[in-house]
Amino acid sequence: MNSFKPLKVGEAPLIKWSLITLAVLLAMLLLLLPLVSIFQQAFVGGWERYIEHLSQPDSLHAIGLTLMVAALTVPINLVFGVMLAWSVTRFEFPGRKLLITLIDIPFAVSPVVAGLLYLLLYGNSGWLGAWLFEHDLQVMFAWPGILLVTIFVTCPFVARELIPLMQQQGASEEEAAVILGASWWQLFRRVTLPNIKWALIYGVILTNARAVGEFGAVAVVSGNIRGETNTLPLHVQLLYEDYQAEAAFASASLLALIALFTLMLKALVEWRQQRSLSANNNQQQSQSL
Amino acid sequence: MSIRLTNISKKFGQFQALSPLNLDIQEGEMIGLLGPSGSGKTTLLRIIAGLEGADSGHIHFGNRDVTQVHVRDRRVGFVFQNYALFRHMTVADNVAFGLEVIPKKQRPSVAEIQKRVSHLLEMVQLGHLAQRYPEQLSGGQKQRIALARALATQPEVLLLDEPFGALDAKVRKELRRWLRSLHDELKFTSVFVTHDQDEALELSDRVVVMSNGNIEQVNTPIELYAQPNSRFVFDFLGNVNRFEASWQQNRWTNGDAFLVPPEQAPLQQNGALYVRSHELALADKPNSQAHIPLTIVAITPVGAEVRVELAPIGWQSEELWEATFTHHHLQELGLQKGSVVYATPRTAYFFGEQGDGSPVRQSWPFLPPGSLAFDI
Repeated sequence: MNSFKPLKVGEAPLIKWSLITLAVLLAMLLLLLPLVSIFQQAFVGGWERYIEHLSQPDSLHAIGLTLMVAALTVPINLVFGVMLAWSVTRFEFPGRKLLITLIDIPFAVSPVVAGLLYLLLYGNSGWLGAWLFEHDLQVMFAWPGILLVTIFVTCPFVARELIPLMQQQGASEEEAAVILGASWWQLFRRVTLPNIKWALIYGVILTNARAVGEFGAVAVVSGNIRGETNTLPLHVQLLYEDYQAEAAFASASLLALIALFTLMLKALVEWRQQRSLSANNNQQQSQSL
Repeated sequence: MSIRLTNISKKFGQFQALSPLNLDIQEGEMIGLLGPSGSGKTTLLRIIAGLEGADSGHIHFGNRDVTQVHVRDRRVGFVFQNYALFRHMTVADNVAFGLEVIPKKQRPSVAEIQKRVSHLLEMVQLGHLAQRYPEQLSGGQKQRIALARALATQPEVLLLDEPFGALDAKVRKELRRWLRSLHDELKFTSVFVTHDQDEALELSDRVVVMSNGNIEQVNTPIELYAQPNSRFVFDFLGNVNRFEASWQQNRWTNGDAFLVPPEQAPLQQNGALYVRSHELALADKPNSQAHIPLTIVAITPVGAEVRVELAPIGWQSEELWEATFTHHHLQELGLQKGSVVYATPRTAYFFGEQGDGSPVRQSWPFLPPGSLAFDI
């Protein structure tokens, strides 16, 4: 090894260390401190109070509703995202570019606006809402409405992860599989799915994180009925407005835990991906030596 | 299995990728589709495979009309330009894929599949790599695995898209020979796409030369080289010098240079003369029939031959001229970089402006073939 290391461009020690210090400081102040204070506030009254807050019927219901909405949203957007990514990367059709742009609408539009649009469309006086009302189907101010807006808000995640990857991988492996006689399902299960597996898992993690945490769009369509249409984020807000700060922080800490868990999963997926890449490379190197 | 293409055409949007064309391929033949990029050769190959649909025409495999048959059911072997190996499967799984996707009732047993796979891997001499992943293989190894995978289902038609394009010269040569011997052994009908004329001439029973979505010429390599039927084929096969001439004072003229035709009657018109580099003699002074002055700009050994690059003096040529000699001849001639020489063709092909696009072969009998006409 050479002990002399030439300076890279921009690697003046003063600039380097002051930049790093500033970045770490800001990250602590803006990201870590609030997170720590959530848990600190949540546990102000000790473990028992914490459990007590969370095991109230309204809290339990909010937790259950949030998990249910996420559990329904994720598979729906998984299938939808794969279909969308497949169609725009494997087929040429008029309006393909437009469709790729459309995918980003939920990212571009404020969630509140999305909620309002759904309210207009599905509310009792809306186009679809009137028909639904006649048939006694309650969508707005009930869990189906919450599910609909959550799906809307989270639908780009899977597709956005898959599209660049599938574009880069190209269709030739799939063509090879079909020429070799694979049916559509064999092609998908044995060739496409293994190739997009990690990106798909990554997309699902992001979808789940957003589905659990969505506030704006859900707030508009849920009607905030305690114990009925309150998701965890809405519950936090309601508790806080009722001056039950400790209970609010207890629920908030649960959301923060889910977020931390998601980050861990994400890191794990990235690590697995890296490892499978480097494992192959190492093997290759040791064999070529 | 023989392949018959009738009236096949294809458009991509406004671009005419293939003009209606016909091609008959005999059973067991090895056909090279040769052409520059954009000539439609890959499109034609993909249409034969069924990866693209033709806009018109019919494809027959033997007596079976497969025009409407899905890719999956055409049962052809296809080797992709970038190999398209399944990246997450081992080499053995890649080769086994075609057998494992056969419907359960007709599928060979697991043991039988394993046996076939190891046989195929032995055949491509890569049995020791069975448990590797594609990204751990070299280009030549990937190519052979791709071939083993394509042959696993025992197709009667094998299609190869630029099979040796991404490989270095030595590996390419080995693989060409190996593919040729495999073809002779297994007797499948194969069609391959290439832009490399050496590859097409070396490997094919017949070469199909394509340009702009048309078939220019179909012939055996030897006949094709001896009788290119158009300027395009001549240019594309390469190693040819062009003399763009106007008919003046009973001779072909270009600036200060001229050439007197050996036969008079039908050729008294403007046109282009094509002279192969080994059919060019160089002398230190002009003669009554040919006055084509050139300067030697480079002398380069190329294998068994020496290539002499020549720049025109007092006349125009788009490209430098080339003449090839054996090392021995070159020594006898004593040619040196910078010397001025006069070229005389022994044989040339004349494409007249008013002709039908096919060449007229010209020989200058005053120069006995093989003589170098170098008066020292």
